[in-house]
Amino acid sequence: MYLTSEEERMLSGEEGEIVARFMNLLVKLGEKFGAEKMLPVASTQIAGISYKNIGDAGLEFLEEIAKGNVRVRVPSFMNPAGMDLELWEKLGISGEFAEKQKRIINALKEMGVIPVATCTPYLAGLLPRYAEHVAWSESSAVIFANSLLGARTNREGAFSALASAITGRTPCYGMHLEENRAPTFRVTVHAKIRDESDFSVLARFVCKHFSRGVPFFEGMKGSADELKILGATLAAYGAFALFHVKGITPEAGKFEKDAGEVEKITAEESDLLSAKREINREGEEPELIFFGCPHCSISEIRRIAELLKGRKMRKRFFIFTSRTVKETAERSGIAESVRKSGGEILCDTCPVVMPPDSLGARVIATNSGKACFYLRNQGFKVILGSVRELIEKFSVRL
Amino acid sequence: MKGKVLKCRSVSPGKAEGEVLYTEQAISFFGGVDAKTGKIVERGHELEGKAMAGKILVFPHGKGSTVGSYVIYALKKYGKAPLAIVNEECETIIAAGAILAGIPCVDGIDIKLLKNARRIRVDAERSEIEILE
Repeated sequence: MYLTSEEERMLSGEEGEIVARFMNLLVKLGEKFGAEKMLPVASTQIAGISYKNIGDAGLEFLEEIAKGNVRVRVPSFMNPAGMDLELWEKLGISGEFAEKQKRIINALKEMGVIPVATCTPYLAGLLPRYAEHVAWSESSAVIFANSLLGARTNREGAFSALASAITGRTPCYGMHLEENRAPTFRVTVHAKIRDESDFSVLARFVCKHFSRGVPFFEGMKGSADELKILGATLAAYGAFALFHVKGITPEAGKFEKDAGEVEKITAEESDLLSAKREINREGEEPELIFFGCPHCSISEIRRIAELLKGRKMRKRFFIFTSRTVKETAERSGIAESVRKSGGEILCDTCPVVMPPDSLGARVIATNSGKACFYLRNQGFKVILGSVRELIEKFSVRL
Repeated sequence: MKGKVLKCRSVSPGKAEGEVLYTEQAISFFGGVDAKTGKIVERGHELEGKAMAGKILVFPHGKGSTVGSYVIYALKKYGKAPLAIVNEECETIIAAGAILAGIPCVDGIDIKLLKNARRIRVDAERSEIEILE
């Protein structure tokens, strides 16, 4: 593998033992995946933040690096933590958990990581441009950056993203190479997509046929918020890092000819109905309703607040978002209106990485197929419905 | 079988010799392995309840969350890590964990060739696995 003289310096330990350790990790990974060189990255997004997930060993690991006086070389955001860093007591999180979670955030902050803990960094101030190389790790952020923005990132792991933050490099393979971004199968959508939860269902349907590759969708449209949910669900049920939508995503035009030559599946009305039934196999009454997997945009929260106007939720109700977007919702009065309807806007965290007990529910309703996948794996029962359906069904007029 | 040398690919450097712990099922280190005991805890896994410390762990590939790398690192820290890892196809989760933890790791072999091996020697420097027993 070819290394520049600066990269050689990092590897040889001239910039410290910790930098060398992480450069070595990237070189080894690059060799394994057949990379011929390193690429400079414009930003990173680092997973492995929740204390629930990385435990004491992870905490000590990060504190050890922070003590070594290592700084990240490029703007770096962190993935959601195990709790809302301000409202954790309300969620019944223990003092010990909170203290350790804060130590994890502080260790990363000392390294220069921006303490905005979100799976939607692109909505919170970290925006890659078309064809820019980045190293992001949260799977829904990866697929959004590749597909909607046309940026280039592999599905990085907790360690490799941290290594890229510290060295400013990533090995050049996979999604960084043009030839791997061409469609490998085509999805023709005949079914009517009515609302954002149908995008979760469509993704679930696709994942019944393929578990990897690059889908090229035709016959559908969608907003950035809706395609965020489509991508998140594709990346949860399958190992997807990129999709194209004809006429919508930035690289679709370039690959339209290739899309005509690959295997094709068709999504009919009946296919989506059966995929939806498969997701919604539990007919129980939810104890918690939440939106924001991935974290809500301000447009999504605004729409939720509109639908809630003059109504009060009959169930526990959460919206998950980034601190940045919550601040916008507070300033515009939207957050107050959500609270008046019995809801709470939580940030820095999400149901997937919180301690399960802090959700105060065993049966949960949401509009996200990604959340269905991960919460089911943790033993929850999950119901899928759209924002409109779930608000109408589980609220009363004031 | 005995004395047979198989070629493989080096993922994480080092050498180890020891007893084989073998499975044809993928392993999720996050959620599926307890870092403090080194035991596989995934319900229904054919190695459920088995400890990997001091053994050479042979399995096809990893699965599950990328946080699995942290668990591999933690295993080493608590002294419960396997001596070496042999995979059919090692992906980023296992590779990054093994490299940072300093656990020798190789892949690129048909693991079924090791099914009946009791002891093996893994040499990631020379990209070789030798069947000892």
